[in-house]
Amino acid sequence: MTNIDKNTPANKMTIAGNIYEAGNSKEFKTGDWRSVKPIYIPEKCIQCGLCFPVCPEDAIPVGKDQKRTDFNYDYCKGCGVCAKVCPVKAIEMKVEGEE
Amino acid sequence: MGIRERLSGNEAAATAMKQINPDVVAAFPITPSTEIPQYFSTFVDNGMVDTEFVAVESEHSAMSACIGAEAAGARAMTATSANGLSLMWEMVYIASGMRLPIVMSLVNRAVSGPLNIHNDHSDAMGVRDAGWIMLFSETNQEAYDNLLMAHRIAENEKVLLPLMVCQDGFITSHSIENIELLEDEKVKEFVGEYHPKHYLLNKKEPIAMGPMDLQAFLFEHKYQQAEAMRNAEQVILEVAKDFEKMTGRKYGLIEEYRLEDAEIAIVCMNSTAGTTKEVVDALREKGIKAGLLKVRVFRPFPVEEIGKALSHLKAVAVLDKADSLNGAGGALYTDVTSAMYLNNNNVPTSSYIYGIGGRDTTTKEIESVFNDLVEDSKKNKIENPFRYVGLRKE
Amino acid sequence: MSNMIEIRWHGRGGQGAKTASLLLADAAFNTGKYIQGFPEYGPERMGAPITAYNRISDTPIRIHSNIYEPDYVVVVDDTLLESVDVTAGLKEDGAIVINTTKSGDRLKEELKGYKGKIYTIDARKVSMETLGSYFPNTPMLAAIVKVSKIMDEKDFLEDMKGSFKHKFAKKPEVIEGNMKALEMALNEVKEIA
Repeated sequence: MTNIDKNTPANKMTIAGNIYEAGNSKEFKTGDWRSVKPIYIPEKCIQCGLCFPVCPEDAIPVGKDQKRTDFNYDYCKGCGVCAKVCPVKAIEMKVEGEE
Repeated sequence: MGIRERLSGNEAAATAMKQINPDVVAAFPITPSTEIPQYFSTFVDNGMVDTEFVAVESEHSAMSACIGAEAAGARAMTATSANGLSLMWEMVYIASGMRLPIVMSLVNRAVSGPLNIHNDHSDAMGVRDAGWIMLFSETNQEAYDNLLMAHRIAENEKVLLPLMVCQDGFITSHSIENIELLEDEKVKEFVGEYHPKHYLLNKKEPIAMGPMDLQAFLFEHKYQQAEAMRNAEQVILEVAKDFEKMTGRKYGLIEEYRLEDAEIAIVCMNSTAGTTKEVVDALREKGIKAGLLKVRVFRPFPVEEIGKALSHLKAVAVLDKADSLNGAGGALYTDVTSAMYLNNNNVPTSSYIYGIGGRDTTTKEIESVFNDLVEDSKKNKIENPFRYVGLRKE
Repeated sequence: MSNMIEIRWHGRGGQGAKTASLLLADAAFNTGKYIQGFPEYGPERMGAPITAYNRISDTPIRIHSNIYEPDYVVVVDDTLLESVDVTAGLKEDGAIVINTTKSGDRLKEELKGYKGKIYTIDARKVSMETLGSYFPNTPMLAAIVKVSKIMDEKDFLEDMKGSFKHKFAKKPEVIEGNMKALEMALNEVKEIA
């Protein structure tokens, strides 16, 4: 029962807020929390692999070839950690709506 | 039928735990409950139980370990007293909030300060609103029986609440008395195995427990706890019925002793109920219609039963072994009087604080309370409901 | 409860008064009685005065308080007579049993006019002769059984033999001495004139 909101009656909620379905964090799109947006510059990227392990929302997709692609903005909340660790400035942080 | 034995209250509790054979026991020693984990650890060492005994470094950790074990899917038990329970405080609420049916043996003792290691109920009264089922025990036998019934109540799907079995520190915990034990096999069959529906170590169902619960949800979860507590009443009675079938020993939410035709009555819990029964019998011989209402189940509070059981009386005294220090009587008194009010019951009822810090409560003192009630019953209204018995003052 | 016998023990921490009260409870239990055996805990220090209690009855015991009007009092250490009011509340048709070598006249004086029966036993002598060291609780246990007649002496000895076998399973050599201490104490306890 993960689909609860402020209208869910008490008798439809699990006890103690227990969540009986694994992997439900994908249902919570944290992209709308974002006020600053990372911009990926593929020309500068050297595919060093430092950015995606630090992403708290797993919002940097990595292909089977071990190479990253553009951000998944459904989940990126704009924390900027990836931009901070990038050694070649291939990620730029821009204020949301100003790019 | 049964095994005739003589055990102290702590031995009785440890024996019950041995026969229950829980998966985990985590405890830290504190007077007067120390002997329970002490005896139990010898059972573990002698291979008489399969329990994982966790010798923790504090009571906070004891309850934390029980919470972890119970959430993982294990049956967990602990024992403590007074300041040990105080140190558990944070985790006591988390145990009930997470709906984990942990069972605790609480050997009642005064919470410091000033420092005192003797019996009163201030430890139990401190957690009366913590969402635990609370059973009180007059004798070693009841401490044993209540523990044997505990898991069936706590683990019931309609309940899923932690449960504590209280008994009076030293007065019953350190007194050797006759007791009738059950055979190990019977206990095993009665208590049954624990198969929680959801638990953390179930690899077929990865789940999350104890998530953040903000404005939109905590209220509903607390309501669920209150509903579970209301459900517990029926479950407690059902389990008691099964227990009676097996042992012949009958338990209700309350025990009424010569109350039906009484004119005056005392309401109390734990060992004082026995002393009161003696006095009731003695007064009956003198023609005074005295009675007793013993509260066995304090949480959930049996509002209806108590309201009804006291409705025909002319005067009532509620004995509290802990002062709520609110200037308005003890906690049991407050609960009993509100139960009476809800039952349109306007019997003059006084609060008596007694037995604080191990102050011995004698038959003479109980008799003096009944003497007060004889006077009260002649009046419509009493002017001094906040009283003490056994207190020195000029 | 007219058939209930109440006993109060006075001793000093470390002398085994509590253990003796529990052993008495055990022995009475084994003869089919309802029993209570409990100490009154105070400052638990070696040498501090301590009190322990027994109730023994043919019917279930419900009362849970200390004993204020005992039928019998047992004093394990006669130095307590100076500091503790050992006869407080003691029934005049009851009795007090004291471990002492003091004379009857002196005891009467120290007990401040107690009118009931006074029994004495030299538990030190019994203990030294049978056990080789001073354990007053074993002889005092036998003494109170004799005085209070709560059980048949033979049954008592038989039962204690079983208890000792269990208690001293790892040092059976002391069982005989303890049994001798009980037997000797049964003979040595005397009412003073």
